[in-house]
Amino acid sequence: MGRSLEKAIIPVAALAVSLVLFGAFVAAAGANPLDVYYDMYRGGFGTWFSFQNTLQRAAPLMLTALCALIPAHLGLIVIGGEGALLLGALGAVLAGRALGSAPPILAATFMMVAGAAVGGVWVALSGAMRTLRGVNETISSLLLNYIAIALFNHLVEGPLRDPVSLNKPSTFPIADAATIGNIPGMDVHWGLVFGLLACGLSYFLVMHSVHGFAARMIGGNVRAAALSGIDVARLTIVLCFVAGASAGIAGAVEVGAVQHTANATLIAGYGYTGVLVAFLARQHPLAAIPVSLLLGGINASGGLLQRTEHLPDATVKVLQGILFVVILASETLYGRYDWKILGRAAERKSAAVVPHAEPLAPAAGAEPTQVKGVA
Amino acid sequence: MSAALVTVPLAIVGGALRVSAPFLFVSLGECVTEKSGRVNLGLEGTLVMGAMAGFGVAHATGSPWLGVLVAGGVGAVFGLLHAWLCSLPRVNDIAVGIALMVLGTGLAFFLGKPLIKPTAPQLPALELGGWSDVQAVRAALRINLLLLAGVALAFALRILFDRTKVGLIVRTVGESADAARALGYNVTRVRTLATAAGGFLAGVGGSFLSLYYPGSWNEGLSSGQGLMGVALVIFSRWDPVRCLYASLLFGGAGALGPALQAVGITTGYYLFGAAPYVLTLAIMLGTSSARRTLAGMPAELGTAR
Repeated sequence: MGRSLEKAIIPVAALAVSLVLFGAFVAAAGANPLDVYYDMYRGGFGTWFSFQNTLQRAAPLMLTALCALIPAHLGLIVIGGEGALLLGALGAVLAGRALGSAPPILAATFMMVAGAAVGGVWVALSGAMRTLRGVNETISSLLLNYIAIALFNHLVEGPLRDPVSLNKPSTFPIADAATIGNIPGMDVHWGLVFGLLACGLSYFLVMHSVHGFAARMIGGNVRAAALSGIDVARLTIVLCFVAGASAGIAGAVEVGAVQHTANATLIAGYGYTGVLVAFLARQHPLAAIPVSLLLGGINASGGLLQRTEHLPDATVKVLQGILFVVILASETLYGRYDWKILGRAAERKSAAVVPHAEPLAPAAGAEPTQVKGVA
Repeated sequence: MSAALVTVPLAIVGGALRVSAPFLFVSLGECVTEKSGRVNLGLEGTLVMGAMAGFGVAHATGSPWLGVLVAGGVGAVFGLLHAWLCSLPRVNDIAVGIALMVLGTGLAFFLGKPLIKPTAPQLPALELGGWSDVQAVRAALRINLLLLAGVALAFALRILFDRTKVGLIVRTVGESADAARALGYNVTRVRTLATAAGGFLAGVGGSFLSLYYPGSWNEGLSSGQGLMGVALVIFSRWDPVRCLYASLLFGGAGALGPALQAVGITTGYYLFGAAPYVLTLAIMLGTSSARRTLAGMPAELGTAR
């Protein structure tokens, strides 16, 4: 009863609580919270110019969010999006250089395929280690992020470095044919369309396909899934590959449309913010779209907060952290109240409180954390 | 070349003794928390908060030891927050850890902005290499008191878990919450205290970074020591003394890049920097199994790994 109402009310309430806590924090730091809120609105959504900036920042977040979101339906918490994005960007640079003479669309396509393949393999490693060797995927994907950053820095400042880039070590630029342009009539590159498409396709994959159903069975109970004939290892590895491919495409798009080379600017935490997007969206692929816009806007407003309120650049990170904690804490509210009755008769409040089941067994990383509520 | 054959191992030993303390404190903290049946993946954020708070307090008061204490206190607060969030029904401890990692680093970067330029008094060190005339030997054997405290703590914790009532209660809670409840122990309270204690140790580990080596505060101070601590505990099979050996091993691996750089080998600097992560991953791959749970793992940690 009232489950869809619950799914709307709890996240919005959590968002409001986070903003209040954040307001208290900036007030303690000496800023006027109302000015901060207004600047965040103005910097992220207030004008067409700033909104286009937000759209541009939201595009990679949609793609990296899927990197955490798809494995979540298998009951896995994968945070390898950062590494997959960086190595995907490197793969895209190599492909984009090799295809200088190819027709533009072909070159850009091949570049994205290369980024997807490299990113996919990187996250599939975590999936394979998990399903074949029982290695915790959260820790392995984090370690792989550090290894990816080391590889990235090594290649960008070593073998792949363009000698012309003195102050800011970068790789050789990609061929002109491989660059990705803007959507006609907008100052936003095609990455936004790829992000929207990827979220849409993931929605069908995760929520409305046999594979998605099988994945959620694995997330619910691995043994039961295996007994009913699902090839657990194969599906885990394939879906982790798809997840990583999505983050790899994010890297390829950043290279093709924005940087045209690979350099340290790409180590911007898109992968980690993507994990936050996935949790905020409660692992729903379509909800990841508005959440990416929200966080893209918050990130976009960071510069304005620095200039007008003289707050440090980490202000945005603090808000992200508060949001993350509050959203996770709000998980405990699902299924606790009967919203329909609450709405109808507030005086019968005592009757509306449904006693909650015993808490889940603690420390089970393999629990399908968010999946049940979305199904 | 023969000089390099001496210099490099010596630099690695010295580096291991310098670099391993944060690993040691974080892994001991995580060990205490996991013994009670809960994983705190947020120790990276706690470590960075501890580094910032410890540096700030040492800078303001002139006392590095007060800085260490406050760093531990801040860590304990983060541990309490983790424990409280995890005690809510339907809240997953791994996810909360990731969230607290984001919050901890964000808060530390925000509050630590004014601390990037100033200097703070550093923790004292013992010159155990005083007998030698060789500068490199003396540098390698300059041991920080905090590291010695960590070594003592590792043995003390082993005794605590193996020989005392408190240790037995924590282990019971970690092995079977139901059994602990049946014996009349408050599972949530034990886990809360264990997580707070773990946070305290991680905060102390962070203060080592900012108050001894590298000995300043900046946003790139931690390179994932807080996370590696979690992996080290698995590697150590939930044994505090083995945490000590593992920390020294990982400190040595982390010192490989700078040691080679010191003798002029700079190619692959970043790749050598990744050595601890590759080592962790290789060890986890080698020691885990899809079919059986690991020896020594508290049963309440479930099938998480």
